[in-house]
Amino acid sequence: MSVGVFILVSAIKSLIVLFALLTAVAYTVWLERKVVGHMQNRWGPTRVGPFGLLQPAADGLKFLFKEDLTPPHVYKPLFLAAPMMAVIFALTSISVIPFGNSIPLFGYNIPLQITDVNIGLLLILGVTSMGVYGVALAGWSSNNKYSLLGGLRASAQMVSYEIALGLSLVGVLIQSGSFSLRTIVDAQGGRFLGFIPRWNIFHGQFVAFFIYLMAAYAETNRIPFDLPEAETELVAGYHTEYSSMKFAMFFMAEYANMITVACLATLLFFGGWHGPLLGPPLVQAVLPVFWFLAKVFCFLFLYIWVRGTLPRFRYDQLMSFGWKFLLPLAIANLVATAIAVAW
Amino acid sequence: MSFHLILFLAFGAVCVGGSVNLLAQRHPINSALSLIAVMAALAGEYLLLGAEFVAAVQVIVYAGAIMVLFVFVIMLLNAGEEEETKGSRVALLLGVPGVLTASVLMAWVVLRHSGTEAVAIGALPGHPTDIAQLLFHDFLLPFEVTSVLILIAIMGAVVLASKPESAARKVD
Repeated sequence: MSVGVFILVSAIKSLIVLFALLTAVAYTVWLERKVVGHMQNRWGPTRVGPFGLLQPAADGLKFLFKEDLTPPHVYKPLFLAAPMMAVIFALTSISVIPFGNSIPLFGYNIPLQITDVNIGLLLILGVTSMGVYGVALAGWSSNNKYSLLGGLRASAQMVSYEIALGLSLVGVLIQSGSFSLRTIVDAQGGRFLGFIPRWNIFHGQFVAFFIYLMAAYAETNRIPFDLPEAETELVAGYHTEYSSMKFAMFFMAEYANMITVACLATLLFFGGWHGPLLGPPLVQAVLPVFWFLAKVFCFLFLYIWVRGTLPRFRYDQLMSFGWKFLLPLAIANLVATAIAVAW
Repeated sequence: MSFHLILFLAFGAVCVGGSVNLLAQRHPINSALSLIAVMAALAGEYLLLGAEFVAAVQVIVYAGAIMVLFVFVIMLLNAGEEEETKGSRVALLLGVPGVLTASVLMAWVVLRHSGTEAVAIGALPGHPTDIAQLLFHDFLLPFEVTSVLILIAIMGAVVLASKPESAARKVD
C-alpha cells in the first residue's frame, strides 16, 4: 500500500467511523429517553417522525439555534476550551477500536479499524485520563460554586475509579500477552468443550468484568455514580453555566464515552466480533461486524436499564466503595490471574 | 527533511514554548495547563523515537494523573493571579547569560563526551516486551527497591496527613 493510498483509506475510514459514532451518540440519547420512558410507564418521544425517530435531529437543530450565553463572571479562555477538550478526548479513543476482521476491497486488505497500534489499550486509558480536564476546567472556569463542586467531584471520582478500571484490565492483558486490541480479540476465538465461547469472561475474568463494569459506570459519570451532576443538590453540576452547542458538546462527550466503554467491554471480555458464522459468503463477511455492534448495543441497553433502576450513591459511599472494595478486589483478581497463568 | 523529523522538531517547539509559557503566565491554572502541554508534547517525542510504551505511560501517569492532582489543588485553594514583582536587576543580568551558558555547556558535554551515539528516530527499543525485560529481568532488584522506597514515602505522607490522636478527639 503506497503512502497516498494509505492516507486516502485512513481519511475515508475516519470519516465513516466519526459519522457512525456521532449518529450512534444521537440515537443512544433517543434510546435512553424511549427506554427510560417505557420503564416509567411513559411513551418517551413520539411526536417527531415515526416512534420519535427524528427527535435527535430536532434536538440538534434546537441546540444550534439556542442563544449561546457566556456569563460575565467566567474565566473566558478556559470556559470556551473546556467543552472542546471534553469532546475531542471523547471522540479520539474510537480511533483504535477494531470493529471486525479485515475485508478485501479493490485489491487491498483493509482492516476494519482506523489504526492498529500495539499500545491500543494504553492509548485509550491515556485519552480517557486526559478527559478529566474538560470536566474539571469547566467546573472551575464557570466561577460558580455548584459548577466547582461538580467539577471537583467529577475529577476526584474519575481519578479514583481509573485505578480499579486499569487493574481490572491487567488480568486480560496477562492472558493475551498484548496491548493491541486486535490481538486481544484474536486470542478469544474458538470454544471450550465445543459450545462455550472462549471469551475472556468465561476464561477466568468473570470478577474482572464486573469490576470493569462498575468502574466504567463511575468513569462515565452515569447513574448510580452521577454525583458530578446530581441535579437535586448541584443544579446541573459542572455544566450549569453552559448553554446551546457548548452544553451539547458535554452531552456528546458523555455519550461518546459511554460508547467507548461499551466497545472496550465487548472487545476485552466478550470476544469482540467473534460469534457464530453461517449463511452465504456475503452474510459471513458482514456477520462479525453485526456481532460486535449487537454486543455493544447490549451494553448500552444495560447502561440505560441501570439508570432506570438504581438510585444515586452518597459521596462517601462512592469513595469507600471505590477504594475499599473495588481496588482490593481488583488486586486480588490480578494476583489470582497471575498465579493461574504462571501455573 | 523527513516527515518524522519535522514532527519531532514541532513537538520540541511545543515543549520549549510550553515551558516558557509556564514561567511567563501569572495565573497558576494557566501555568499548570502549560505543564500539561509540555508533558503531552514530550509523549509525542517519545512516540517518534519509537518508545510507544513510555509515551503512553507519560500521558497516563504525568499528564493524566499527577497533573490532575495539581489542577485539583489549584481549584481547591482557589489560587488567584500572582502579583507581579519587579525582580532584581542582578538576577536578570546574571541569570539569562548563566542559563544560556549552562545549557550550551551541557549540550556540548553530552554530545562530545558521553560516548553514546545519538538515537535515530524510531530506533529506540520501546516495545512493551523490551521494557518488561529490562524492568523485571535485567534491573529487577533496583526496580523492587524503588518500590519499597515509594512505599516508605506513601506511609510518610499518611502519617503527616493524619491528625494526632488528641487533636482528632478534640474536634469530635
